[in-house]
Amino acid sequence: MTAEDVIMKPGTARQYHTGSWRSRRPEVDKDKCINCLFCWMFCPDNSILVEGGEMKGIRYTHCKGCGICVRQCPKDAITMVEEGEQ
Amino acid sequence: MGTEYVCSESEHSSMSMCIGASAAGARAATATASAGLAYMWEMLYIAASMRLPVVMTVANRALSGPINIHCDHSDAMGARDSGWIQIYAENVQEAYDNSIMSFRIAEDAGVKLPVMNCLDGFIVTHAIESMEPLDDEVVKKFVGDFKPLHPLLDVKNPHSFGPFDMPEYYYEHKYNQQMAMKKALEVVRQVSEEYAKISGRKYDLLECYRCEDADYVAISIGSTAGTMKQVVDDLRAEGHKVGSVKVRLFRPFPFQDIAKVLDGRKGVAVLDRALSFGAAGPLFADVRTAMFDNGSRSPAVNYIYGLGGRDVGVEDLKRVFLDLENGTAETVNYLGVKL
Repeated sequence: MTAEDVIMKPGTARQYHTGSWRSRRPEVDKDKCINCLFCWMFCPDNSILVEGGEMKGIRYTHCKGCGICVRQCPKDAITMVEEGEQ
Repeated sequence: MGTEYVCSESEHSSMSMCIGASAAGARAATATASAGLAYMWEMLYIAASMRLPVVMTVANRALSGPINIHCDHSDAMGARDSGWIQIYAENVQEAYDNSIMSFRIAEDAGVKLPVMNCLDGFIVTHAIESMEPLDDEVVKKFVGDFKPLHPLLDVKNPHSFGPFDMPEYYYEHKYNQQMAMKKALEVVRQVSEEYAKISGRKYDLLECYRCEDADYVAISIGSTAGTMKQVVDDLRAEGHKVGSVKVRLFRPFPFQDIAKVLDGRKGVAVLDRALSFGAAGPLFADVRTAMFDNGSRSPAVNYIYGLGGRDVGVEDLKRVFLDLENGTAETVNYLGVKL
């Protein structure tokens, strides 16, 4: 950072793990998932893992636990679980 | 030098445009007054905290309500803590000179802060006065080319302006702004000295008028300091030992200069064309702080005057000095208010 507080590179939010803010985490039941990727489209933190067009899970380093993916999922495949519970 | 004039739909937008243009790598300037300045509030802080050298002229006018539009310093005094450097002019010549100096001050490598150029609405902005402009070439040479430090449009070297700032860093950024303000004190003085060489007009952080042996001193900002010179001359002719101090630079506040000039006076009157309801005038608060730090026990009183463009003439201001001499002033006085 410069004296004028300009960050001299882009994309530094990647280093800031907002996942630590979470009190509840989304968990996916892949038996119900149809890979529509609505969760991926709506996630504000780019935390839905997708490979080869398939939803592969959630990247918890940046997921704040907002629950938008749960609301958007048409198959109720994602549920919120209290952190600290299995 | 290519200049583009952009119209916006509001003052919030015009300041946002200045912020965007300045961060992108352009020299950006705008002007406003009164409620327009109030509407910029959020963006004023952002321009300052992003350390963008935006320059803005403010024709000081009263805030609503009741709706008024006339001269009053409440608009700029309300933006006192926004992180902008504030320079106040007494007349059109100073307003012109300050606007040229502002760019140099704002863009100084050790400062990088926006500058607000204030002049009295209507009293100065709408009156006819003679002034001496400089040649364009002289001004261009003095101001110089704009050299953006980290232009956002330098796409080969991308970087981030104004990102989310958590408790781990926010405080340090505020501290950096304060240090830049401290630096601005000396930069304003340096730039003013350089400006004297091209213009023949010498400015300092304060202007003292017949203060040397004055027992009683009045401090004011803006056009009233001009009227004060007549008042001082008239009273001096009658044998009163009085003087006037004009505060040219209000933010950063020249505490040491003020303390020095007020040292050992029999009485000090601070004139404020703004009022912090429930307290007193903003200039009074800072002047008393400067005096207190200097161990000065001179009686200091506050005169609130001219709100909403109420005319304040020579006779009104004479009363200030006579009150000081007679010891009849209250701590806070409301000059000319009809009760």
